[in-house]
Amino acid sequence: MALFARTPIAPLEYSRTLWMRLWVGAVMLFLYAPLIVLVIFSFNDSKRNVVWRGFTTKYYEKALGNDQLVEALLNSLTIAALATIASLALGAVAAVMLWRFRFPLKGAVDGTISLPIIVPEICLGVAFLMFFAAVGWPTDLVWPFNLGAITIAHITFCFPFVTMVVRSRLATFNREQEEAAKDLGASEWQVFRDVLIPHIKPALVAGALLSFTLSLDDFVITYFTSGPDTITFPVKVYSMVRFSVTPEVNAASTLLIVLTVVLTFIALKAQGVKAIAETH
Amino acid sequence: MTDPTKPIIQIQNVSKRFGKVTAVDNVSLDINAGEFFVLLGPSGCGKTTLLRMIAGFELPTEGRILIDGQDMAGIPPNKRPVNMVFQSYAVFPHMSVADNVAYGLKIAGVKGGEVKDRVAEALDLVKLGGFESRMPDQMSGGQRQRVALARSLVMRPKVLLLDEPLSALDAKLRAQMQFELSELQEKVGITFVTVTHDQDEALSMACRIAVINKGDVSQLAAPSDLYEYPANRFVADFVGSVNIFEGKLTLDEPDKAAVDCPGLGKVYLNHGVTGPHGADVWVALRPEKIYLHVPGAGKAVTAAAQDAPDGHNFARGKIKGMSYLGDITLFEIELETGARIRVSRPNLSRHDQEDFTWDDKVSMHWRADSPVVLLG
Repeated sequence: MALFARTPIAPLEYSRTLWMRLWVGAVMLFLYAPLIVLVIFSFNDSKRNVVWRGFTTKYYEKALGNDQLVEALLNSLTIAALATIASLALGAVAAVMLWRFRFPLKGAVDGTISLPIIVPEICLGVAFLMFFAAVGWPTDLVWPFNLGAITIAHITFCFPFVTMVVRSRLATFNREQEEAAKDLGASEWQVFRDVLIPHIKPALVAGALLSFTLSLDDFVITYFTSGPDTITFPVKVYSMVRFSVTPEVNAASTLLIVLTVVLTFIALKAQGVKAIAETH
Repeated sequence: MTDPTKPIIQIQNVSKRFGKVTAVDNVSLDINAGEFFVLLGPSGCGKTTLLRMIAGFELPTEGRILIDGQDMAGIPPNKRPVNMVFQSYAVFPHMSVADNVAYGLKIAGVKGGEVKDRVAEALDLVKLGGFESRMPDQMSGGQRQRVALARSLVMRPKVLLLDEPLSALDAKLRAQMQFELSELQEKVGITFVTVTHDQDEALSMACRIAVINKGDVSQLAAPSDLYEYPANRFVADFVGSVNIFEGKLTLDEPDKAAVDCPGLGKVYLNHGVTGPHGADVWVALRPEKIYLHVPGAGKAVTAAAQDAPDGHNFARGKIKGMSYLGDITLFEIELETGARIRVSRPNLSRHDQEDFTWDDKVSMHWRADSPVVLLG
């Protein structure tokens, strides 16, 4: 029977060798076991989150009914959206500029632009704390303007990622396409809009995804720049954990995981649909 | 309107230097309206730079370029009445064929209905009718090139510039596109200026060819003149294959001349060359202009006349190398002086390649008007 017949394992067919399967299994376990435990215990009917005492969804109701938590989530999403838009614009322009033009101190700019990625987050956090204190940044603004300080801090560490992915995409650009567009009468702006932007679009989508998720789950820098009225979701979860690890924290975290996965899926799907439309 | 009696492109004393490197060195040439003009030269000779200066992507360091009588100084590429087909074709990968071809028209603000008609007309011209909605990555290299051609032709430029148009195609397709490009050029009547390093391409398509060497025009002539009457050693050697022998001009009269070559012996010509007596000259002789046969096969009495018809030059040698190419066989023959000469022989019958073999003694002869005497 074909179902049970074993064909010999071909030399490069590693996915069928036992040791490879064990290895992949171990990696998956290592990566996902904590997450799975977190999700499972969000349904635990117990105040203390150590022993399984039966299934319930009441902690989800509790989490969603927690006004502070919902507000923190709203803050996080707002900051992430604003930081993503600003990072895309800044990062893409910086990438195009570094790729396209020669200007004084280009080497210095090139070297320092990715500094926010390299500098330890704790240092950035302290730096922002001192910076906003020194300039006397107002802390009593109305929502969403009170999120300005956190948003600025997030843009700082998000836009170098956008610059990086856009630059690597630009490296594959055929300059003759730019010349061809000009040859057909296009102005610099039309070349940028009609030829360059479509070429770097996948990098823009990737950069936006990176920025959004980085901003959404940042804790260290946000912790130093947030005030009592500007709690973000990770900071709120942290403060809840300090009192006790209840299944409510698990439920909130699970919601964040689902949200991130769904957003990533939507972005990839949108990109994929476009890519399919382009080839057919 | 374009005046057909005036050159469409005038290149006047144009030089281009990149730092210390001179890419184009004081070139002047006129390209006539409606002709298929080819810039031919080895890589790095400056031919592409010249083309890019016409398109406006490079600016001349010195001199000026006029298109249809208008000085192009200060006119950017997007405002010039020329269009270019790039070496990589540069078809926009995110646009369909129709959008690619329509791009220039849309930029120019042509109305929708006319855009559609002109795109369809241009695609028909390059035999891509029905491909409107295809994406470039679903097409072969040859088809993408046609898209690039249609995209330029749809603009109805005064001049179409083509940068190495056939270099990326395989040999069969290249031969076919050579014919198609010539046909297309005749049909649309637009001046074509092509850059190539391939002499076959140049000879088969061009009305006139400018051979470029080290940023300078070595010779400007029609294909057959270029091949049969090369002006100097560079052209003789670059266009086609040739035997070149150094010698001294010992006789130079209006109806005859002789060159004494240490390698080839005395070479007689049935016309004058108007060079200084005793000057160092070079004799260029194409391999296909030399007849090859078994020594002593003729019926004449004297030894020399036995091997060569009246008025022919004559030499003897030994076959040192042979390469059978199907339509012809190429021989490398060691002359009695020790010099080597290449001879090609058409395989007129199926058994011709059996006539000779390695180390055979052979005699050669060629007409007195076959060698070209080169002074430089």
